[in-house]
Amino acid sequence: MLNRILFIVVLAFTTFMVAGVANASPVETFEFNDEVTKVRFQALSKELRCPKCQNQNLADSNSPIATDLRRELYDLLQQGKADSEIVNFMVSRYGEFVLYRPRVSSITYVLWFGPALLILIGVIVVIVILRKKPAAKENLALSSHQQDKLQQLLESNKVKASQESNTDIKEKE
Amino acid sequence: MNKVIRFLPLILVIALGVVLYRGLSLNPQDMPSALVGKTMPDFSLATLNDANRIVKKTDLVGDIVLLNVWATWCPTCKYEHPYLLEIANDPKLKPYVKLYGLNYKDERLAAQQWLTHYEDPYHFSIFDEQGTLGLNLGVFGAPETFVIDHHGIIRKRFAGAIDTRVWRKEFEPLIKQLISEKQKGE
Repeated sequence: MLNRILFIVVLAFTTFMVAGVANASPVETFEFNDEVTKVRFQALSKELRCPKCQNQNLADSNSPIATDLRRELYDLLQQGKADSEIVNFMVSRYGEFVLYRPRVSSITYVLWFGPALLILIGVIVVIVILRKKPAAKENLALSSHQQDKLQQLLESNKVKASQESNTDIKEKE
Repeated sequence: MNKVIRFLPLILVIALGVVLYRGLSLNPQDMPSALVGKTMPDFSLATLNDANRIVKKTDLVGDIVLLNVWATWCPTCKYEHPYLLEIANDPKLKPYVKLYGLNYKDERLAAQQWLTHYEDPYHFSIFDEQGTLGLNLGVFGAPETFVIDHHGIIRKRFAGAIDTRVWRKEFEPLIKQLISEKQKGE
């Protein structure tokens, strides 16, 4: 029991350590006036993609352009810009590419509604299959004539089996 | 109907294969520019060669403009340089097309030396040390080249080096179109 607790503690500890390393991002020091702005900065820099990198957000990337954009993001926040204004600022310069959560538009319909559509298709297919099954079962059921025949076969088998076991016993004797 | 359903998985797999195969030949670096079709952003910056000479958007607009983003820290810019000289000295292009530089996040002295050493293809280079104009143009590296028409509208943005092949394929048709647009007075 004690071993198990120890194991869990060690596991939890190492998980935190690994998570800490994974979160380490290029560090500049930004001073924020209040906690809310800081949280908004962190959220936005995670949600905006570095234009130069294929799959890193602004918070993760240490490419020069990401550094510049973090700086710009900080400045915009200090100017009191709203999140949507900041996002528009970035999109108007770097395109929809910078958004990790693309906006709903005619080109992103497939992306946004595709999965729901696929689930819907899946559900329809399952319903269709389930509805078909009872009909198939009826066909499989034996007719009364077949039932009788089966009964006869079973009984003749039973008689045979008991005869055979009788002969077995006799042989042993 | 049943036969169709039997082949449905095969059809789906083939369709998926086609989509993924097409994906292989797409260039993930190729991102559509947000600025194509928009007007060139305003700016007010010094030129590279003369820190006292301030240039503005109005200094560019009027001709068909190639704005080349370059820096001395960018090795591809060095590769591109001879082709830029070729373009700048092309007698067929000279009356219509003007090549300007945007020296992006660079050191003034090093950049000036680069131009004396390798020859200067630009009418002038804008010295954008902080990358402010670069940011407004959506520049994320160098080299990049913008085509700006005579109304100051950005018509193309190309990220990467220009060479003869790229020029023929990416720029030449557009430049021809712009020249004819300008001559028609559009």
